[in-house]
Amino acid sequence: MKFIKFILLSIKIFLRGGKYFYLWISFLLLLILWGVTGYINQISDGLIVTSMRDSVSWGFYIGNFTFLVGVAAASIMLVIPAYIYEWKPIKEVVIFGEILAISSVIMCLLFIIADMGQPLRFWHMLPILGTMNFPSSILTWDAMVLNSYLFLNLFIVTYLLYHAFIKKEYNKSIVMPLILLSIPLAVGIHTVTAFLYNGMPARHYWNSAILTPKFIASAFCSGPAVMLILFQILRKITSFQIKDEVFWKIAELMAYAMFLNLFLTGSEIFKEYYSDTEHLIYHKYLYTGIGKHNDLVIYAWSSIIMGIAAFFLFLIPKTRTNFLTLNIGAVFIYLSVYVEKGIGLIIPAFTPDVLGQFYIYTPSWAELRVAAGIFSLGFLLFTFMVKVAIAIIFEDFNIDKLSSLTFRDIFKNIIDDKSAPKPESASRG
Amino acid sequence: MKKIILPVLFILTMTCIGICLSAADKAVEKRIPNKKTEKGREIAISPPPFSAGIFPCTECHSGMPVNYNRRALTEEHANIVFTHDEKNRWCLDCHSAGNRDFLHLASGRLVSFQESYKLCGQCHGPKLRDWEKGVHGKRSGYWNGEKKYLLCVHCHNPHSPAFNPLQPMPPPVRQENIR
Amino acid sequence: MKNKIENAGIPMEEKDKSTTTRKNLLKTAAAAGMMLATGCKMSMEEFLQKNFKTLTDSEKKEIITRLESEYSKKYGKKFTVSAQEPIEGTLFGYALDISRCIGCRRCVYACVNENNQSRKPQVHWIQVLQMDKEKGIDYHHSDTHYNPPKVPLEGHFYLPVACQQCRNPQCTTVCPVKATWQEIDGIVVVDYNWCIGCRNCMAACPYGARHFNWGQPSIPNEEVNPETHYLGNRPRMKGVVEKCTFCIQRARAGLYPSCVEVCPVGARKFGNLLDPESEIRYILKTKRVLILKEDLNTQPKFYYFFGV
Repeated sequence: MKFIKFILLSIKIFLRGGKYFYLWISFLLLLILWGVTGYINQISDGLIVTSMRDSVSWGFYIGNFTFLVGVAAASIMLVIPAYIYEWKPIKEVVIFGEILAISSVIMCLLFIIADMGQPLRFWHMLPILGTMNFPSSILTWDAMVLNSYLFLNLFIVTYLLYHAFIKKEYNKSIVMPLILLSIPLAVGIHTVTAFLYNGMPARHYWNSAILTPKFIASAFCSGPAVMLILFQILRKITSFQIKDEVFWKIAELMAYAMFLNLFLTGSEIFKEYYSDTEHLIYHKYLYTGIGKHNDLVIYAWSSIIMGIAAFFLFLIPKTRTNFLTLNIGAVFIYLSVYVEKGIGLIIPAFTPDVLGQFYIYTPSWAELRVAAGIFSLGFLLFTFMVKVAIAIIFEDFNIDKLSSLTFRDIFKNIIDDKSAPKPESASRG
Repeated sequence: MKKIILPVLFILTMTCIGICLSAADKAVEKRIPNKKTEKGREIAISPPPFSAGIFPCTECHSGMPVNYNRRALTEEHANIVFTHDEKNRWCLDCHSAGNRDFLHLASGRLVSFQESYKLCGQCHGPKLRDWEKGVHGKRSGYWNGEKKYLLCVHCHNPHSPAFNPLQPMPPPVRQENIR
Repeated sequence: MKNKIENAGIPMEEKDKSTTTRKNLLKTAAAAGMMLATGCKMSMEEFLQKNFKTLTDSEKKEIITRLESEYSKKYGKKFTVSAQEPIEGTLFGYALDISRCIGCRRCVYACVNENNQSRKPQVHWIQVLQMDKEKGIDYHHSDTHYNPPKVPLEGHFYLPVACQQCRNPQCTTVCPVKATWQEIDGIVVVDYNWCIGCRNCMAACPYGARHFNWGQPSIPNEEVNPETHYLGNRPRMKGVVEKCTFCIQRARAGLYPSCVEVCPVGARKFGNLLDPESEIRYILKTKRVLILKEDLNTQPKFYYFFGV
């Protein structure tokens, strides 16, 4: 009963907000709608509305999926510094990492569904009901770890927030092992996703043992980069509290991860170019272009340059602790890894195709639409969860305070204070 | 002496190919599930591809004197282009002078046009061996039963045996244009 | 709830936006319903149909009857859908004589006609690569769109590639739902009604042999081949993967595949690898044989040979 109240009141908390909040929500809803209509087109006409074809049979959807697996995996890695350095009571930092992880995993799953030719047949993949090809298909592993990761994080977040909400001390002996379990699982989702590509001898570009560690290293950059920026935004516009030192520590860790990422990328480039086997062609397509096909070169190099720049920005203490340079670094890392995973991982593996034929892939509008819709849905979920979490953790919303809060009150608040009310005014006023 | 005219097997190579292709199309028509036929049985897909009205050769040749002189044919069979080791051979190396309805082997033994492959095989031994196994040339029909074969001359004009180039069928649509 | 938001203090232009949003939402919902009803064209029966491998004989029969009437209605021709099992003691193998192939693409179109590939969007199971004699087998310098007036083009040879029917197929390993598998007679097949369209198999195939129905496949009624096999050439739906099955509907009836029948130069050979007297075994015994991408350990049953 209390739990239903919790859910109901969470929705109420979510709906509290001023003009800018609703602008943001409408913006997201519009994008979602745009994506949904795009997806309906895709369902009725088939994946022919995308630019994917037999030669390049995976594209933007799978690229985004991979990038988001990285974000999901890495955001939980905040647990480690948060836990080790004990900046804040653990729940307060961990929860936000987990919320990002939940949103990312949901986006991952949506990207997979968007990429399926027959999405209604998803149940074929379920154990017992369908004929899941376990353990031989890595895709089934991926589905399993992603879903476990999703449910684990969903459980931890709900459990922690719910207990804070009903003003009960949470049971550490339940939460701690789960949080600790989520760490290897975070590594697990990324490892398994890397194995998905890595395990295909047909695709020389992927079939390199370095792919998996590189995945992890780049994830440790991209996930925290997203959080660095989101946390600053949250700190500015909500009552979310976090110390500066947290950012600086995260940035330092990111510098090391980025170094590792660049080092592994360099090793791969050396090996391919120096040994100059027939496998080199995919790297050539990515980094130098082949004849007139040089579509990815600019992306590949900007990814590397941004990565190097961000590495130095985060390595040097002076630029690391300056929020301007810190943010530039975070954006660089985000872009660097997004390009590396979203573009540089999938497309070169298929260009040229296994029979040496070139089909130049650039995502179609339909793909961009669906992707925009999925990202917006992810942001909407994130906004919802973050708002509830902030209210409960930092604004001391709880069952007593909220029981009397009605929808009418919520909207009254908007009418009374159109100029983006500070959340405090709702709770303390 | 009978007048010598070469008994002719002149078939345009394109006709040859046409037969090959139409034969292939016809082979699709009947489909008997799991047909158990006498294994190894093989039948010719069609009789030797003579030009219309040319066989039997004896119709003209019987009674003609045989001219054993190597020469260019100008009166009859002038359409034959002979590019098959032409420096060393000519008509009567293969065609029997005694009975124009037959070919003859080096040994002098007569073989019918249905068995012309035996003649070809005298020089092209390994090809004949491959052909007999169904590896050179074409087999159609049942992989586990009755097979149809083509004679050498169905695909190779015996007088100029090189396989003529073909017009290719259209290339696939470029993937950029699949919409 | 949405109503309340609109009526509560949102500025005018926002309100308009929200109203259009709501209208669009309604449209979306209607469209979604339509999509489920028509776009997917999937009956409940079809939706709940199980993996072909797990079906009992009577279930198979039922499904086949349904499909036959469905196809017959759609194409206005009497359709047969066979589910013929492998012939005992057969393992199919294929050999292609590179020294003979002239790249005329007769096989490509014979395959399309026999196996009911979509005409638009175009699906070709066989891809013919034109390569330089000077370079040998070199995929990255090959061309599939060659179109000279006559073939073979001087200085070139041709390498037609379709499913290599691997003994150790990667595609079936990676399929998350067991929608594709290798039959006892060695043919790798797809259950089109079970494939989820994830295209993992296409990424895993080193030969580009798998093809996806990106759009709704279309075949003119007069061209459709009504003699089909469930695991082979029956008409497909969009969003599923398909591939060469050695013409399973023909091969299991004892016939040569269509490409073998049509080849004007007799470069294509087919038979039972378990039969020591077969053409294919003779080739393996006496010819220079190669398989593509040997180092990947896919162990194809499709051999290329030099017949000269």
